[in-house]
Amino acid sequence: MKLDSGNTAWMMAATALVLLMTPGLAFFYGGMVRSKNVLAMLMQNFVCMGIVSVLWVIDLFSLAFGPDKLHGFIGNPATHVGLKTGTDLFVAGVPTAVIATFQITFAIITAALITGATADRLRFGPFVLFVSVWSVLVYAPIAHWVWGGGLLAQFHSVRDSTGAITKLGIEDFAGGTVVHINAGIAGLALTLVLGKRIGWPKERMRPHNVPYVMLGAGLLWFGWLGFNAGSELASDSTAGIALVNSVVATAAAMLTWLIVEKIRDGHSTGLGAASGLVAGLVAITPASGYVTPMGAIWIGAAAGAVCALAVAIKFKFGFDDSLDVVAVHLVGGILGALSIGFFGQDAVNSFGRDGLFYGGGLGQLGRQFVGVGVVLGYSFVVTFLIAKVIDITWGLRVSRDVELEGLDINLHAESAYDTGGAASHTSTSGTLASASEKVSS
Amino acid sequence: MKLITAIVKPFKLDDVKAALETFGVTGMTVSEANGYGRQRGHTEVYRGAEYEVDLVPKVRIEVLVDDDDAEDVIDVIVKSAQTGKIGDGKVWAVPVENVVRVRTGERGTSAL
Repeated sequence: MKLDSGNTAWMMAATALVLLMTPGLAFFYGGMVRSKNVLAMLMQNFVCMGIVSVLWVIDLFSLAFGPDKLHGFIGNPATHVGLKTGTDLFVAGVPTAVIATFQITFAIITAALITGATADRLRFGPFVLFVSVWSVLVYAPIAHWVWGGGLLAQFHSVRDSTGAITKLGIEDFAGGTVVHINAGIAGLALTLVLGKRIGWPKERMRPHNVPYVMLGAGLLWFGWLGFNAGSELASDSTAGIALVNSVVATAAAMLTWLIVEKIRDGHSTGLGAASGLVAGLVAITPASGYVTPMGAIWIGAAAGAVCALAVAIKFKFGFDDSLDVVAVHLVGGILGALSIGFFGQDAVNSFGRDGLFYGGGLGQLGRQFVGVGVVLGYSFVVTFLIAKVIDITWGLRVSRDVELEGLDINLHAESAYDTGGAASHTSTSGTLASASEKVSS
Repeated sequence: MKLITAIVKPFKLDDVKAALETFGVTGMTVSEANGYGRQRGHTEVYRGAEYEVDLVPKVRIEVLVDDDDAEDVIDVIVKSAQTGKIGDGKVWAVPVENVVRVRTGERGTSAL
């Protein structure tokens, strides 16, 4: 294998695109919380970029992408410790360092997505511990199963000598199972451990800054083109299909979410446009390299409508999934992962199989069902256990007073907004107290 | 002397300010306020969940005037702030014991 400069250049650009998604997500979520908690939300997302990046280079990349250990449950941890030199080629003439960095950005945003379910009540330190443990015990194994050639093995289903399936052959182009179903169900598990916010659902907890939400959604869409088209790990025609699908499915989902709102609530909203486009991105993620652009429009349109209606689930069952990670990422992810079993076409991607609508029968749909079920079950149980142990030993939730007064001032000693009122002109509210003492002493 | 306080819809501030200037009022204080009257706020919808927003944004305009001008100034404000729809606001006047111009120390009507 020779270094391919075209593929390498695209993968480096795609890495930068995906990295920007997490700050985008931070603003998408940050605008939806109340103004007293916006910095805490931004910080939870940013600290994922800190902790996951370091862990990934130390050894998470080996666990996810090393050769099988434990019958395909996990990658060999000795494969890429510290990425060694990183100059060897991983796939398609692209250096290991580049692929590993591209994959860092996926691990970061998967952890960050969870924070939407737990807004307004999660402690910072225990959250950092949670993300560290969760990335090792949940993200790395699932990434290995699907993309690292493990149990669910994208593309190739494998049977042993007795005919039993040892590798499933799921299709997940860019992370419907690994990222969105995983983060969505993990968010639900964490919400169940944490409990409802004080006052939910009776009290008003409306978004404090819808323009932030829309700005964040725009950044997510921008970055997501690298997320999906980069997941081809090469600069070729399949990447091009993923690119167009990521635009058109997203557009269709935004429109159907707005239509549902218009019919149900009387108005199409800015928050609805932002939510709809994210739902479309989520749903097309696993299918982006397997379906035609027209297939993508159908998948996106279905996701926008279904996710808009799925927001009602949390009120019906009474769990406080604060920013609708379940409705958007879990429901959207499942819809997208299963849609491959209907809309997949071998003609689009030679590694893919025809779905039900193209004469492929129920085979791939069945494999998608099994794969989704395995990820749902594993992620829910292990996430719940990790959260429960941290909650009992350290405590995941802030005190009542902190929750009521706001997380920003209590957890981070900062406030998000100087509104230019009387207080910003008075010296009593702005004296440099402790720093000046340190300087003089 | 009277202190006239008007609570009006924010988008009517320019009209009221212009009308008061035309009448000859030389100064005013404007601040942002939140509140409700008989209209009891409004409803906002976020992802299908309805929120009753009872404290509606308004602006508060305060003007100090001579007793003789008080009724006319109230009329000017009411006329310029009126839309005829619910939530137009209120105007009231209270007697003022003394007014001092900080720069010169002038007192009473000469400080207006």
